[in-house]
Amino acid sequence: MFADFLHILRAAGVPVSVKEFLALLDALSRRVIEPDAEQFYYLCRAALVKDERYFDPFDRAFAHYFQGTDRVLSLSAGQIPAEWLRSGLERLFTPEEMARIEALGSWEDIMKTFAERSREQKEAHQGGNKWVGTGGTSPFGSGGYNPAGIRVGDAGKRRGSAVKVWDQRLYQGLAGDMVLDTRNIKMALRRLRRFTREGHPDELDLDGTIRDTARKGMMYDVLMRPSRRNAVKVLLFFDIGGSMTPHVRRCEQLFSSARTEFKHLETFYFHNCVYENVWLEEYRWEGRRATFDILHKYNRDYRLIIVGDASMSPYELLQQGGSVDHFNQEPGLVWLARLREAFPHSVWLNPEPREDWRQIYSISLVRSVFAESMFPLTLNGITAAINQLRRGSPPERTIDPASAVQQAVGR
Amino acid sequence: MKKSKFNGTSSYIATDDLQVAVNAAIALEKPLLVKGEPGTGKTMLAHEVASALGMEIIPWHIKSTTTAQQGLYEYDAVSRLRDSQLGEDRLKDIGAYIRRGKIWEAFSAEQKVVLLIDEIDKADIEFPNDLLLELDRMEFHVYETGEMVQARQRPVVIITSNNEKELPDAFLRRCFFHYIRFPDPETMRQIISVHHPGLHEELLREALEVFFKFREVQGLKKKPTTSELIDWIRLLLVENIPPSRLKELDLARELPPLHGAMLKNEQDIQLFEKMGFVQRRF
Repeated sequence: MFADFLHILRAAGVPVSVKEFLALLDALSRRVIEPDAEQFYYLCRAALVKDERYFDPFDRAFAHYFQGTDRVLSLSAGQIPAEWLRSGLERLFTPEEMARIEALGSWEDIMKTFAERSREQKEAHQGGNKWVGTGGTSPFGSGGYNPAGIRVGDAGKRRGSAVKVWDQRLYQGLAGDMVLDTRNIKMALRRLRRFTREGHPDELDLDGTIRDTARKGMMYDVLMRPSRRNAVKVLLFFDIGGSMTPHVRRCEQLFSSARTEFKHLETFYFHNCVYENVWLEEYRWEGRRATFDILHKYNRDYRLIIVGDASMSPYELLQQGGSVDHFNQEPGLVWLARLREAFPHSVWLNPEPREDWRQIYSISLVRSVFAESMFPLTLNGITAAINQLRRGSPPERTIDPASAVQQAVGR
Repeated sequence: MKKSKFNGTSSYIATDDLQVAVNAAIALEKPLLVKGEPGTGKTMLAHEVASALGMEIIPWHIKSTTTAQQGLYEYDAVSRLRDSQLGEDRLKDIGAYIRRGKIWEAFSAEQKVVLLIDEIDKADIEFPNDLLLELDRMEFHVYETGEMVQARQRPVVIITSNNEKELPDAFLRRCFFHYIRFPDPETMRQIISVHHPGLHEELLREALEVFFKFREVQGLKKKPTTSELIDWIRLLLVENIPPSRLKELDLARELPPLHGAMLKNEQDIQLFEKMGFVQRRF
């Protein structure tokens, strides 16, 4: 019975397993619901979808399968001028991405087909125009296959009678185009755990008890010890504002994962490069802290993670007074070398793709200090960074802050 | 006669989709996972299901230190060791040192009960995985006594989550899922009239209007939710604020009376004040 619904859901990106599908069939055979389309929809959703992010793709797939018509595109051709769409896209896409789309056929062709398809759908309501949206192979519709896709939403008021629940697309806002999985990041961060026993003794120390009891000649001597806790200490520095804005989402994921994973976590913010002060709040003007204080307050046990794109004017790293925000007495690179010296366990996570690192001069400058300790801000990158933090001091020598600038330029 | 289907109660408005999800979970004896914005009544749901079906509820509130084992049982080895020195009689009975957890309690209840596992996302990331078998088969093994604990009646299991952690797939596959959407104005009206029966129609209308405008403000750290609206209306009633006062209110210029019930965050209050400032300037 409607087994292909399962395939359609999976094609739409809803992770449904056979087990869940069988549960649905089971529920149907037990007549949990009245024979009513709406109740049937609710039951399917409760049984098959386990995350509100997938509600929207589910709604679309449901509409597609059970109606034979696709209401994904409830917007008729001509309602949006092509130029408007195009200019909106150009803002979203980088030239490379545009080129990649272009490869699917010229832009004009795509727009033409788009208009044609939309028109067809308007004329023939039972058209079953699946290629707009659900399959995910077309550039149109949300959550698609294209690098960003055009999210074509419901622009107008619907004329006519009652609208089906699944057509209302109430959960549109919850659908994440990117499947974010902080669980993976947390699993990666977990490897940094260092268990130690500190604090209140609340656990039976069996070995100790046996040893002491034997020593005292069979009089029980119960020993307690503190339970194991994760004692790793982490300093997290975030670059914010400016060129970091496109990466905000990934940084937030990392931050929220780190916050739940590490008990001893201190977070600081900077813009482009760390200088004599860092900020305590994301809104930088709120409160600041001398970087020297941080170097002195936290001991070498702390693991230092800097998150930043390291993309800036080279002057910000090399020159006195090169900062974009204020007059810095010492070049940025000196401060980076100081951090590196103070915290032998330190890594730099860079949201820019690794391929681009060589092309950006300021990144290679930062790497003159961080060398092999710079990792891309991806799941693999985080895992590699954490492994390096675990292993302890990396083999390469630290750079003397006083000569950091000369060394970087001289390379 | 006991009801076997949940249709909401006199004090809890259950939307159709929620009813279907609850009833499917009860009929198939699978856990129901409930998510949703804070303050949309996730925990309350379990209590209402219990009272609607005439069952007892066993709440298990999860904290960051809770382990799955604690829900099953805890074996107090230390006091047994101590007792052995004193030669206590109860020493021979290992069972005397086993403290039952909430899940055991639910399994051994005479009547079918509702087991609420509240805020499962607070616990360690592996916590849900540790409960897979127990919730699936509704049985577990007591290592110390060799006893097999089986559920007399499979309890109705309701699990709530605030989305602080992602739950593992294997766990999700075993549950029915419901996401409590923020109530639309009509449902909200029903909810309010359940909590404040006989509320003046005009006050209700004005309060709802202010409330939904409030939620639309961009950049709020914490949007006010149902429970906050209920509290706010209660305060409005206590302070005898006339509906006309709300009607004349210009949110761009001033905060509504008794806003403390809805804005719980200093930054949010500042946000409103800043907005007002911008408005006054232009």
